[in-house]
Amino acid sequence: MTTPLRELQTTPTPVFTDAANAALLPGTASTLQALQQLARFGGHVWQRLLPWLVPVALIALWQIASSVGWLSTRVLPAPLEVITAAWTLTASGELWTHVKVSAWRALSGLAVGGGLGLLLGLLTGTSRMAETLLDSTLQMVRNIPALALIPLVILWFGIDETAKLFLIAVSVFFPIYLNTFHGIRGVDPGLIEMGRTYGLNRWQLYTHIILPGALSSILVGLRFSLGLMWVILIVAETISAQAGIGYLTMNAREFLQTDIVLVGILLYALLGKLADVFAKGLERYWLRWHPGYQAQ
Amino acid sequence: MTDISELSEVCAGGGEALVLQGLSKCFGEREVLRNTELRVAPGQFVAIVGRSGCGKSTLLRLVAGLETATAGTVTVNDQTLNGLSSDTRIMFQDARLLPWKRVIDNVALGLPKDRHADALRVLEQVGLADRANDWPARLSGGQRQRVSLARALVHKPRLLLLDEPLGALDALTRIEMHRLIEDLWLQSGFTALLVTHDVQEAVALADRVILIEDGRIALDETIDLARPRSQGDAAFAALEKRILDRVLQKPARETTSTNPNPTESRWPGVPAHGLRWAI
Repeated sequence: MTTPLRELQTTPTPVFTDAANAALLPGTASTLQALQQLARFGGHVWQRLLPWLVPVALIALWQIASSVGWLSTRVLPAPLEVITAAWTLTASGELWTHVKVSAWRALSGLAVGGGLGLLLGLLTGTSRMAETLLDSTLQMVRNIPALALIPLVILWFGIDETAKLFLIAVSVFFPIYLNTFHGIRGVDPGLIEMGRTYGLNRWQLYTHIILPGALSSILVGLRFSLGLMWVILIVAETISAQAGIGYLTMNAREFLQTDIVLVGILLYALLGKLADVFAKGLERYWLRWHPGYQAQ
Repeated sequence: MTDISELSEVCAGGGEALVLQGLSKCFGEREVLRNTELRVAPGQFVAIVGRSGCGKSTLLRLVAGLETATAGTVTVNDQTLNGLSSDTRIMFQDARLLPWKRVIDNVALGLPKDRHADALRVLEQVGLADRANDWPARLSGGQRQRVSLARALVHKPRLLLLDEPLGALDALTRIEMHRLIEDLWLQSGFTALLVTHDVQEAVALADRVILIEDGRIALDETIDLARPRSQGDAAFAALEKRILDRVLQKPARETTSTNPNPTESRWPGVPAHGLRWAI
């Protein structure tokens, strides 16, 4: 084996390459450039693909393990089964109904809790009187985890929609309240003074200076709230529900349909991601004046 | 620059007479201004100089109506000042532009809707019409102050208060800003009150330089150099030196004797760096 190899290595062909170079010379520069570009493009694509390598490999491994039979479907269904389950649920329209119910619960809870948080935050942020009256009470209530209220909530509202709405509203209230309050307190007093000397009335001061100044902080609160919103929704829906993603997964669990359980879990993840992308979009639009949020 | 007729049309307002009578201001125990008397003729450009903490900014804030006097009155055009006035505009040391409004909307702040066109015209006067749709974060320090000047002038103020507006700018930009402020002042004839720690700036711009020392007016010097003034001029230099010498004559008040380092007094014998680990 070694002899031919050495032969190969030690056989230089200078004459041949020189001739080849000479023959190629007129077109070489452009061809070389095109090749380099192609290589650079390839490198670029490779760079973009690299982070996906591990997840794709894992899923492939998972699929193989399921097909071969190493992994019982009771533990984890094959990825293909999950996709099929998702597809049949979508085709029958069942998936869409559940997503609608869940999204409606989450968003109405956010609207009630977040709206109240925003209002009270604006109030305590603006008025010292309101702060003295309300803030310490709210800070005390804040320390109660929303989930600890579940027994009480069930006693109050039963296991109805109201209970879920209440839990979500309570949990999203505080991040928005706190961040609104601090956002308003953090507005540069110099700007407010400037506004006063330039003849702005109270309403104009609010809309032109205080609210925009507090906005970046309020949006941070919103993003926290969106994260919490889904967590609480999942818990609330697994307690008891007649529809919704939680109902879908709990129902599937009863019948050992692990593929549908997995579809539900992935749906939650997807919705959470969607909410985050939405909040980021709001930030990018509303804070486009901010050097920290400007597109590169 | 646009022609003079248009300028005066936008900024015309004339000046207001300003009279301070027995004006005093205390912050707690500390008396910042003591029984100050000052008369400023309509259209006059007055510069107030002094060491930092002498009370010159407080004087300006009293005239602006941002602070209330402990004693005495501020009279603007025969009317005793009571709070903010719509004929007075103030230009702050930091430009205080709203970062979330575009340049043009910053200039139009507080302007009635039908006068928004004026904003662009004034912006043109300060040479920034092409930056109208930029965010303030994209402007340089000098450009921000020019926007802030435009924002003040668009209201056609009859009294313009300038609170060290050029303090943070570099030397070249300052000279440019001096020209701009002087031009606009000459054309629209408002009364101007400029607080500065830079004697050269005071001499370059003002009809009158006032020195405040320990809360009192210690010097009132009329500058009758022809405009535009050149800083290389011998008379200019002599005047500047005289005022500067007068400012420096009195040694700075020892702040350490009235306000000892609290860390050291509470922890005798322990150097501050020795305490850092415990905090």
